[in-house]
Amino acid sequence: MGELEIWIALLLGLMMLSAAILVLLVKNHIAAVAAASVVSLGLALLFVLMRAPDVAMTEAAVGAGLSSLILALAVKRLGLWRIEGKITRSSLLATNTRREKDA
Amino acid sequence: MRNLTGLLFAGGLGFMLLSIAINLDFGTPTMLIGGAIQSKALQETGATNIVTSVVLGYRGIDTLGELSILFAAAASAGLILGRRHTTAGTQTAGGFVLRHGGSMLFPLLMTIGFYIIFHGHLSPGGGFQGGVILAAAFFLPLLARPGAQLHHGTLSLIEGFAGASFVLIGLIALQQGKAFLQPMLIQDTLGVLLSAGTLPLLYLAVGLKVGAELASLLSHLAQTESDV
Repeated sequence: MGELEIWIALLLGLMMLSAAILVLLVKNHIAAVAAASVVSLGLALLFVLMRAPDVAMTEAAVGAGLSSLILALAVKRLGLWRIEGKITRSSLLATNTRREKDA
Repeated sequence: MRNLTGLLFAGGLGFMLLSIAINLDFGTPTMLIGGAIQSKALQETGATNIVTSVVLGYRGIDTLGELSILFAAAASAGLILGRRHTTAGTQTAGGFVLRHGGSMLFPLLMTIGFYIIFHGHLSPGGGFQGGVILAAAFFLPLLARPGAQLHHGTLSLIEGFAGASFVLIGLIALQQGKAFLQPMLIQDTLGVLLSAGTLPLLYLAVGLKVGAELASLLSHLAQTESDV
């Protein structure tokens, strides 16, 4: 490992640690899922630095992509999908639900 | 009192693990398997990606176990989430960007997913990574159009066929007097798409199985909702 790679690895480690602490501290559940995804993304980049591209691809696809998607869907299913305090129980990224229009 | 008990338990557990670990001599005897595989894998399996030759060749039965674990997890999740919610299909569709972005990304995701699966024996990647990308490709249109749903019968058919063919390839090797899942039909051409014998076929089976399983799991998750 060259000196530059060590500095990049340190920076990635710092980013992952702060994202992991953010998961515990942040109140919004969606933000917590996004922060957990950032940890996985940093880990995938770290695997690339350590010459393990196979593991990096798995980590990026499963850790950063799929597991955060499953976490996000679970958050929605539990009824905790809040953006700025308002509960939106619609599909992901949709702006409003028919139920809200009726009400 | 409860805190004290917990602290005592954690301390005892730590002491036990430390006292076990202190008596282990790490690094001896030296593991020779890594070097042995690295020197022999190219001739024995014909795959230029040594990780693939380990995953499907030398440790093929572990991969079969991994697939069974994934199957059990997806099946139990489907069992718990089996009931569709009554408002399914009544949500409004996603916005302009999500709908058209989903339609445009679908062919690209399919291409890259199958590319990663088919080149698993040549370059980094393989059935598991490509399968996850395929599942994502099929889930994206579901996000954009909540009313649409995947045909679960077809998905289970693909999944069962892929899993059965994985085991079948292993059984054919057994029938030819080799070990279970031992690579067969090794050509002496390295680094070509059609090389490494049965390894690409095994990875295709893994990719289709993982993709179908995860796509049906994701659509189950998206289409069920809490009672609250």
